[in-house]
Order: sequence, then structure tokens, then C-alpha cells
Amino acid sequence: MSNYIKLIALGLVVLFAMLATNYARDIAYLVHAIIIMVVAAGLFIHVLRNTDEPQVMAGSVENEYFDSVVRAGVIATALWGVVGFLAGVFIAFQLAFPALNFEWAEGYANFGRLRPLHTSAVIFAFGGNALIATSFYVVQRTCAARLWGGNTAWFVFWGYQLFIVLAATGYLLGGTQSKEYAEPEWYVDIWLTVVWLAYLAVFLGTLIKRKEPHIYVANWFYLAFIITVAMLHVVNNLSIPVSIWGSKSVQVFSGVQDAMVQWWYGHNAVGFFLTAGFLGMMYYFIPKQAERPVFSYKLSIIHFWALIFLYIWAGPHHLHYTALPDWATTLGMVFSIVLWMPSWGGMINGLMTLSGAWDKLRTDPVIRMMVISLGFYGMSTFEGPMMSIRAVNALSHYTDWTIGHVHSGALGWNGMITFGALYYLVPVLWKRERLYSLSLVSWHFWLATIGIVLYAASMWVTGIMEGLMWREVDANGFLVNSFADTVAAKTPMNIVRGLGGLMFLSGAVVMCYNLWMTVRRAPAKEASLTVAVPAE
Amino acid sequence: MDIYTFLREFADSWMLLFLFAVFVTVIIWAFRPGSTKIYDDVANIPFRHVDAPAPQMGADKPAASKEART
Repeated sequence: MSNYIKLIALGLVVLFAMLATNYARDIAYLVHAIIIMVVAAGLFIHVLRNTDEPQVMAGSVENEYFDSVVRAGVIATALWGVVGFLAGVFIAFQLAFPALNFEWAEGYANFGRLRPLHTSAVIFAFGGNALIATSFYVVQRTCAARLWGGNTAWFVFWGYQLFIVLAATGYLLGGTQSKEYAEPEWYVDIWLTVVWLAYLAVFLGTLIKRKEPHIYVANWFYLAFIITVAMLHVVNNLSIPVSIWGSKSVQVFSGVQDAMVQWWYGHNAVGFFLTAGFLGMMYYFIPKQAERPVFSYKLSIIHFWALIFLYIWAGPHHLHYTALPDWATTLGMVFSIVLWMPSWGGMINGLMTLSGAWDKLRTDPVIRMMVISLGFYGMSTFEGPMMSIRAVNALSHYTDWTIGHVHSGALGWNGMITFGALYYLVPVLWKRERLYSLSLVSWHFWLATIGIVLYAASMWVTGIMEGLMWREVDANGFLVNSFADTVAAKTPMNIVRGLGGLMFLSGAVVMCYNLWMTVRRAPAKEASLTVAVPAE
Repeated sequence: MDIYTFLREFADSWMLLFLFAVFVTVIIWAFRPGSTKIYDDVANIPFRHVDAPAPQMGADKPAASKEART
């Protein structure tokens, strides 16, 4: 019966997508309508072929974990990671060598179109897939229960990939509402809302049917991430489409209110997507890899609540010296500085988990990766509050310093902790005894670390230089430098930045090779299981 | 009183007080007597049920997946 309802719904979607293809008012909408038509038609045929077929009894699956979707998520994370880093390296060299904005691709593959593609690919495709996959893995293990909702988890996975494809193609074709980290247009936003609510349902459902009486702290962070991102996404994307047959929409808020809503969203996307979610990862995978429980569980509770209470106020620091009232920017600045404390509390909690096991740093490159991610977390959560101070912001805002700060956080903290989690997960999920090669992990570690250092250092230099050049005035009060002067002065640092990115990208490629070979070549676990069952 | 002024005054008086009280309560709660023992057990959750979920209600299989902490 449910198959008939699915067939009717999918048929209607195909029909609507065909109408949309015909009436489309712009190229982005046209391409999206075609993508949706093809996907829905494919699903229609798939459902049709399985309708009225005898059901294969799979037996009770309640006594095993739902890991196939996590495996798919791990693959997606690694692949999207490489795509996103590649886009980043390319646009870095576009800035260093403007000739790479090819004439023939003008309007599609120039810097302005590719930049949101890079940011969304690394944050939402790489980071988002990592968060969804690890949260599905962690919530099952720490609740001692299978994922709730059966195939809803698969809907979340594939629905999210569709969102990524729609967002990416939209950027290249000009379908954007020009809000940082929230560029996708109205119908993509609606689709993401549907997928995200399904994600929330799966996660909450698993928590509700948990067998462990206590909800482990990692799940608190994941849950805060899912709920807050849902709220931020809906409020920031309140817009009215100009036409149902076009991608253009108009924001409900206007002027400074729109700016405030955007940066309330933007900063909390950093705070809850890139911090809270990844802290959930940290609180599970670091104890697992170190084989010791977290240093202080009490501290982790205080860390959680302090982070949640403080982060939500920090947004206005993106709007210093704008039409936003002074009290609001001061509020944002003060909360940003106070935020330093929970951030470092969490970092110390993670680092001290290794106390008594520091020797593992010498022998285990995976734990080294996790520790350096905490190091970068501490560094960027010190740098961030400092840059939110109005006087410092006067120098740093709109310069490359901001870009350097974002990348030391994103590459150092989010990237490294995700790599650590992937190195932990692949042998476990594919039931391998160990990783294919630890020396390749070391190669990845050093390539990535030196790459980030080159990136961050060159951006500090060029950022401060830019800030100083922009504010330099002569004896008569005239500005000394034109904008193009700063662009010319930045060239050497832009090249160094591109090289740093290239090193980080090659590290990720080494990781993909290593993980691939782990699945293909590393000894399987089952063979040794028969002799190594621990006596209980 | 228009809605902006009302929300503004509510936000920086009662709501602020409420949120701050919740926050302080949480910290005191974390340090309640007996919490150390509970949290020591809870911190070990990642080391349990690694390979399979806890058995269903009524299933006679013992919890076999308990992994000893090394």
C-alpha cells in the first residue's frame, strides 16, 4: 500500500518538474528542475519494480547496528573532502594568478562563482557528511540501540547529497541569494529543511529508545548542533520567491535587520555546525582512540552548557562599525571574549584525556592528528575572540587575516578531527584489523600540518599588511594606497597560501588511498576473531 | 508599549535572570553529592556495546558485547 502512495507522490513530482522545466525563468532553476525530474523518475522506476514483489524477510535486525549508512557517509565525507579542497586550491591560485579565471568559462567558473562552491563543499558536503555519519555511528554505540526509523537514515543520507548537488550546481549557474554560508535559493532551502527534520527525527528517535540510562555527552553536542542548525536555517532563509518557476527570492528582513539575522546565522553556523557538532566527535573518538574515558565528565557538562549559552550571542561581532547599534556589537564582542573560557575548558578536557597515555603520541599517528586538531581548536578560539574586539577588528576586518583565522579553525580543527575519526572508523566499519599503513597516516599528518602553517602564516602577514595599507594616510589626510596596490603587494603571500592548500589537498589524497587500501588489503578481523575472543 | 521595547526590556531583565539561573543550576547540579561515582560510570559508555546493541527486552541472550576497558 505504501508503495502506491510513493508512486503517486513521485509521479506528481516528475510531472511538476517537467512543468518547471518548461516554464523555468532562469538557467539555475531549469537545470535543477531537470535534476529533480531525473532523480524522481529513477526513484519511480525503482519503487515500481519492487511493488507487489514478495517481501524478503530480513529477520530481526534490531540486534545489530545500522552501519551501512555510516559506511556510505564515510565514503561521501572522503570524496567531498577532496572535491572541496581541490576547489579551494584552484580558487587560491585564481587569486594568485588571475589568468586562471578563463575567458571561456567567464560567468561560470570565475572566482566569484567558485568561492561559495568551495565554502559549501568543505563545510556542508565534507563537514556535514562527517557529522551525519559520525553522529549516526556514535548515537547507536552510546545508546546501545539501533537507529530509529529504518530507512529514514538512508533518506537523510541521499537527501543531503541531493541538497549538495543542487547547491553546487546552483552556485555555478548563478542561483544564489548572496548570504554567506546560506547561498542556496528558496526551494533548495525547503528541501534541506525536510531532510534536516528527518535527521532530527532519526537522532531523537534513537535517543528515546536508548538502552543506556544516561545520554552520553557527545550526543548532547550532536543534538544541540541538529536543533540549532534547524532553527538558524529556517529563520535566516525566510524569503518570498518571486515566482514558483524561478530561483530568485526576496528576503523578508531588510537592511540592518537582515544583516543581523545573517550573522546571527553565520556565526552560529560556526558555533553549532563547526564547533558543537565536531565536539561531539571529539568526545567520542578521542576517548576511543586513547582507550581512556574523558578526563573530566563534569567539565564536559559545564563545557556543553557554557558553550550553548554563550555562542548564540556572539554574532554581532561580524558587524562592527556598521548601522547596527553600538550596544549590540558590544554585546557580541563581550560574549565572544567570554566564550574563550568554555572553548579552552573543552580543549583542556580533550587534551588531558591523554594524561597517562602521552606515549601514544609517539606511536599512534591517528591520536597525533586528534591532538593537533585540539591544538588548532585552542589556537583559533583564542584568535577569534581577540579579532572580535572592536579595535582589533578595525584592522583585521575585510582583510585576509579573517580568511587565515577561518582556515586555521576549519583545516586544523574540523579537518584534522574528521581525518582522525575516519582513520578510526574505516577499520571498524569494514571489520579490518588495522589501517593499511601507519606511515601513510604520518605523511598525511605532516603534509596537512605544514600546509595549514603555510596557509595561516601567509594570511597573517598579508592580512595585517592589508589592514595597515588601507588605513595609511599622508600628511594631508589622503589615503596613500589604492585597493589595487594592496592586491599587487599580496601576490607572494597568495602563492604561499596556494601551496599550503596544495599540501593539505595532497594529504587528503594520501588518506583516501590509505583508506581504500585498508578496505581492500588490510587483514580482515573475522579471521582472527575466532582465536582472540576475550574471556568474560 | 510597542513590541520591540517590550521584548527588549524583557530580554535584558527577566529572561537574562532566568537563563543565568539555569546556567548556575546546571553547574551546581554537575557537582551534586554522589555525582563523581555516577559520572565515572557514565564516562565509560563509549567502551560498552561496541559491536551490537543491548539485547531486546525478553531476549535471553546475556550482554555479550561488553568490551573490557584496557
